[in-house]
Amino acid sequence: METNQTKNAPTNVVGKPLDRVDGPAKVTGAARYSAEISVPGTVYGVLKTSTIAKGRITSIDTSRAAKEPGIITILTHENLPKPAKTPQQVEKWRAAQSYLPMQDAQVQYAGQPVALVVADTLERATQAAALINVTYQAEAPIDSFHDPKAELFDPQKIQQGKKDSHVVRGNPQQAFDGAAIRHEATYVHAINHHSPMEPAATLAVWEGADKLTVYESSQNVTMHQGALADLLGMPREQIRVVTKYIGGGFGCKGSFWPHTILTVLAAKAVNRPVKLALTRQQMFTGVGHREDQEQTLKMGTTADGKLVSLVHTKRATTSPWDNYTESNGKILDMLYACPNYSTTYELARANVMTSVWMRAPGEAPGSFALESSLDDVANQLGLDPLEIRLRNYADYDHSNGKPWSSKSLKQCYARGAELFGWDKRQAKPGQNRRGRLLVGHGMATASYPVHSSQGTARVRLFADGHAVVEAGATDLGTGTYTVMTQVSADALGLAPEKIRFELGDTRLPTAPGSGGSVAAGTVASSIMAAAEDVWDKVVKMAVADKKSPLYKAKPADVKVELGRMFLTKDPQKGETLVAALVRSGQPDIEGSGTGKYGAGYEEKNFGQNGADPNNDSKEKKTGGHSMHSFGAHFCEVEVDPDLGTVRITRWVGVHGAGTVLNLKTATSQMIGGAIYGIGAALMEETHRDASFARYTNADLAGYHIPVNADIPEIKVEFVPESDPYINYLGVKGIGELGMVGVAAAVGNAIFNATGRRLRHLPITPDKVLEALRQPA
Amino acid sequence: MNNFSYYQADKAKDATSAKRADKSAAFIAGGTTLLDLMKLNVENHDQLIDVNTLPFRGVEMTKNGLRIGALERMSDVGEHPLVVKNFPAVSQSLLLAASAQLRNMASIGGNILQRTRCGYFRDTAFPCNKREPGTGCPALEGDHRNLAILGTSEACIATSYPGDLSVALTALDAVLTLENAKGKQREVPITRFYLLPGSTPQKETVLEDDELLVAVTIPQTVAAQKSLYLKVRERTSYAYALASAAVGLEVQGGIIRAAKVALGGVGTQPWRSPEAEKMLVGKAPSEAVFRAAAEAALRGAKPREHNAFKVEMAQNTLVRALSEVAA
Ligand SMILES: Cc1cc2nc3c(=O)[nH]c(=O)nc-3n(C[C@H](O)[C@H](O)[C@H](O)COP(=O)(O)OP(=O)(O)OC[C@H]3O[C@@H](n4cnc5c(N)ncnc54)[C@H](O)[C@@H]3O)c2cc1C
Ligand code: SF4
Repeated sequence: METNQTKNAPTNVVGKPLDRVDGPAKVTGAARYSAEISVPGTVYGVLKTSTIAKGRITSIDTSRAAKEPGIITILTHENLPKPAKTPQQVEKWRAAQSYLPMQDAQVQYAGQPVALVVADTLERATQAAALINVTYQAEAPIDSFHDPKAELFDPQKIQQGKKDSHVVRGNPQQAFDGAAIRHEATYVHAINHHSPMEPAATLAVWEGADKLTVYESSQNVTMHQGALADLLGMPREQIRVVTKYIGGGFGCKGSFWPHTILTVLAAKAVNRPVKLALTRQQMFTGVGHREDQEQTLKMGTTADGKLVSLVHTKRATTSPWDNYTESNGKILDMLYACPNYSTTYELARANVMTSVWMRAPGEAPGSFALESSLDDVANQLGLDPLEIRLRNYADYDHSNGKPWSSKSLKQCYARGAELFGWDKRQAKPGQNRRGRLLVGHGMATASYPVHSSQGTARVRLFADGHAVVEAGATDLGTGTYTVMTQVSADALGLAPEKIRFELGDTRLPTAPGSGGSVAAGTVASSIMAAAEDVWDKVVKMAVADKKSPLYKAKPADVKVELGRMFLTKDPQKGETLVAALVRSGQPDIEGSGTGKYGAGYEEKNFGQNGADPNNDSKEKKTGGHSMHSFGAHFCEVEVDPDLGTVRITRWVGVHGAGTVLNLKTATSQMIGGAIYGIGAALMEETHRDASFARYTNADLAGYHIPVNADIPEIKVEFVPESDPYINYLGVKGIGELGMVGVAAAVGNAIFNATGRRLRHLPITPDKVLEALRQPA
Repeated sequence: MNNFSYYQADKAKDATSAKRADKSAAFIAGGTTLLDLMKLNVENHDQLIDVNTLPFRGVEMTKNGLRIGALERMSDVGEHPLVVKNFPAVSQSLLLAASAQLRNMASIGGNILQRTRCGYFRDTAFPCNKREPGTGCPALEGDHRNLAILGTSEACIATSYPGDLSVALTALDAVLTLENAKGKQREVPITRFYLLPGSTPQKETVLEDDELLVAVTIPQTVAAQKSLYLKVRERTSYAYALASAAVGLEVQGGIIRAAKVALGGVGTQPWRSPEAEKMLVGKAPSEAVFRAAAEAALRGAKPREHNAFKVEMAQNTLVRALSEVAA
C-alpha cells in the first residue's frame, strides 16, 4: 500500500542521538566489507592497466606471467568472454562511463584495464600482472581542455542527456551590460578524486550459467544489478547484488565501472568465484573523478547590491565518449532572487576516463563561483556579506517560480552569525592580526535540492515484540542502518534493540541508492508506508476481536501512534499492535509499501499543484513546490603571509534540513561535509602530466585529504524545520548539503584576512604567496 | 612486487656479506620506503636482508656528541629527552615527519636512505633517469611543483631526499658511521654523504653496496642546543615539506658567533648553506640580517614554472626559523 497522509506523529527515538547500531560490528571487525567476503573456492583477480593514454596494444606477452605458480588464467581483449552487450550497445545505459575496456586493442586513457590475471592468491596474481609485457603503439594523447589539441564543443545535453547545455532565463547579457555593478571573474577547480578508504571491490559468484551473485562495493545495488543485466543480457531477477557495508563512496561507488563486469566475465571464464579489488593507484583511474573545470561568472547588481544578472559559463574536460559534466549552474539559478540568468557548458574530449558525480556535484563548484563573486561585490559596496545575502534573499525559487516547500535560511544565517560572533568581524580586509598571522572571517550559503525518488520496504512484526525491516538501500557509513532502525522503532512502538534493519541486497524490496542525498528521505518514507500496511492489518484484526478494546470500532476511527492503536475520539481506548498480534495467535505479520520523496510525494498527497490551504503565495507561477535544504557556513582562517599556509581555526555550520532523524549521525555528516569541503578548498588536487595524460600523484601520500590537525572544532546546529511536502516524516537529505559553500566560505575568509581573492582551487601556499605579491 | 627470499641477519658481518654476495639484495629495516617501492615495482630485490635485530641501537651522549643507533625508531629518537633537550631541531624534524604509525615503524638509517617522492620516479609507466638511467626526465617540463630548485641538473631535478631528519642532521654537522663486509667502519660527514644528481641521478649517496649505516653522531654545540626545524606544507601533518629549514644559532653578547643553516624540500639533497651562515656570523641578529642570509641561501636557485614559488617560500621559511630561534 502507499502512504497517503502526512503525519505529525509523536516520536520516541526518531531524532535522538542514538549510537550507530553498526558501530560494534565495525570496531570489532565483524562487519565484512565487500572485499572481505569469501565464498568457498574464491580465487583472486588483479588488473593490469595501460601505461599509455592513447594508442593501440600491439602485443601482450603473457608467457612469463603464465609460468608463475598458482596462475589460473590471464585474460586480455583476445580471450575475455564477451558480454552480451557493451555499454554503448545498451539502450539506456545508466552509468556515467559508457566505454568498456578490453573489448579490442584500443587504449583511450592511462590506467585503462588491459589484462586481468586470475590466481589462487592475491600475491601471485599481483606478481603475474607485473610480469605481463604489453607493447603499444602510442599516440600523443590529449590531456585536458587546456591542451592545444583539444577542441571545445557544445554538448547540447549533459549528464547522460538529462540536462541542457544552455539554460537561459530572462535577458541576462543585456541586464548585465546595463547593471550598475558589473563583476566578472573566472574560477578554476582542480581534478579531485573521491578516495574513499575502502577501495572498489567485486566478488563475482556464478551458480550455473544463469545465476549470478555479486558482492560489490556499491552505493546502489539496484543500479549495479540493472547494469549487469543489461551487459549480460540476463533478466534482473537472475542477478543478485549485495553490499552490506561501504567504507565511503562519495559518489564513485554510485556508478558502474569496468572492474565489475570484467570480474564477472573472469569468473565466468574460470568457472569459479573471482574477487577483485582495485589498488589505491587504480582507484585514480578506475572509478571516475571530479573533472578539471573553469567557470566564468558575470554578476550584475544594482548599486545597492541586488542581483540583476548572472551569466555563467563552464569549460571542462570530458572523456572520448561521454558528455558528463557537473551541472554547476543549478545553484546559481535558484539560490538568490535574480531575474536574469544563463549558463552554458562547453566540453573538450581528452584521453581521460569519464568523470562522475562527487560530493555535491555541481552545487559545490557552482557555489564557489557564485559565493565568491557575491563576496567581492559586497566588499566593493561596503556591505556585510550577510547583508548582501539578505538583500538577495529568494522568497520563492526564481528558477521556476515555485514557492519553497520550506526554507529556514534566515534562521540559519541568524543563528550561525550568533554562534560565530559575526558581529565582531572586521569588515576591512587585512586588518586583523594574531602575531604575524592574518586572521579572516568568511561566510557562505549552502543549499542542496531534494531530488525526487521512491522506494519500497517490508516490515515484519513478530508477536514476541521484535521486528525485521528490509529495504535494498545502502549505508555509506553515514548512518542508514541507524536512522532506519529509529524510524522503524517509532513506527512499531518498539525499542531500537528490537528492530533488525536489513539493507544492501537486491533480494530486498527495491530502494534507491545512497546518492544525491535521497536515501534517508526515501527509505524512511518506504518504511512508514510498509508500517502503515502492518497497522491496517492489525487494526482490522483488533476491531474484529471480541477481546480487543477496539472491538467493533470502525478502522477509519482508529489511529496508530508509536505502536499503539486507539480511538481518535477516545485515546484511552486502545492497545498495542503487539498485544493484538499476540492474542491473534499469529506468529507474525508482514506489511509492505512504497514511499516517495520529493515531488512525487507532494503530488500524491497534495495534488498536481501542491495545493496547500495555507499557501497561495503570489509568486507561485506553476504547480507544486520547490524543495531544497539550506544552510550557512561561517569560518575563521589564519593565513601566514610569509609562508602562504592557511589554517582553519573556527567553523560554524547551521542548517535547515527538515526533520533530523538522528542528531548524532546528522551532525557527523555535516561535520564531514565541512571537512571534505575544506579538503577541496585547501589541498585536494590530482595532477595530470600534460604530455602523458597520466596522474603523477595517484596515492594518498600525494593526493592530500585533510588530517585531524587541519580541522578545528566544527560547530553544527540544525534549526527546527518541518516540511509537509517532501515526505512522510519531513526528512530532507543531508548528504551533500554540508559541503556546498564551504570552499567559498574559506576563500571569503582568506579575502577578509589578506585582501586577496583566490579563485583557483585548491588554495595552496604557492597560490597564496603569489596573490600576496600582487597589490591588494 | 616480485618474489624474494628473506634472510634475518644475526650479525652485521652476515648482513653485509650477504649483501656483497648478492647485488640484487637489499637491507630492510622498517620497510616503509622499501616495501612501498617494491610494491610499485620501482625496486626489485630478489633477497631482503632484515637488519632489525642487529645491535645498532641506543641513544647516548659520547665525547663526540650524541650517538644514535641506525636502527632506532623515529618516534623513540624524536621523543628521547637527550634529543629534545640538546638537539631540538632533530627532535622536531622527526616528530613533524610522516605519521605516528610510520614513525613507530621507521628507522633512523632508513629515514636517511629514503628515496624521492617524484611522481615519475614512483610510476614505472613514466620514463625517469633516476629509475632507468638514460630514459629522460619528464619532470623538467611536467609536474615538478614538489621538486628541487637547488643542485638540479638537466638529468634530474628531484628532491632526492624528500624527508626532514637529514635536513636537521645536515645543519648540525652530523657524522654517519658506515660498516662494510670486511667489518671495517668509516665515518662520513652527512654533508658529504649525499650526491648531486649530475648526469648520474641513480647514484644518490656514497654508501657502498656492502655497507651498512650503523650510527649517526651529532656534535654537541651551543648552536645545536639552540636549534629549530620549521616545515611548510599545505596539510598540517602527514605531508612532505614544500620547504623546510633547520637552523641553529650561537649568540653571545648580542652577536651571532656560530650559525648552522640547512634547507629541505628545495634541494636535490638536504641543502646546507654556507652562504647564509657567512651572512649571519659576526652580525647582531635582526630581520634584515636574516633576510640577507635567506637571499644568499637561494642565490643559486634554478626555479621552473611550477616550483618558482619555492624561492620565496624557502627564503621566508629560513627568515622565520632564524627569527624564532633568535627570539
Ligand atoms: C606516506 C609516507 C609519508 C612520509 N612522510 C615523511 C616525512 O614527512 N618526512 C620524512 O622524513 N619521511 C617521511 N616518510 C619517509 C619515512 O620516514 C621513511 O620511509 C622511513 O624513515 C624509512 O625507514 P625504514 O626503516 O622504514 O626504511 P626501509 O624502508 O627499511 O629502508 C629504506 C632504505 O634504506 C635502506 N636501509 C635501511 N636501513 C639501513 C641501514 N641501517 N644501512 C643501510 N641501508 C639501510 C634499505 O635497504 C632501503 O633502501 C614518509 C613515508 C611514507 C610512506
Ligand atoms: S626529476 Fe629525477 S626522479 Fe623525477 S623524473 Fe626526473 S629523473 Fe626521475
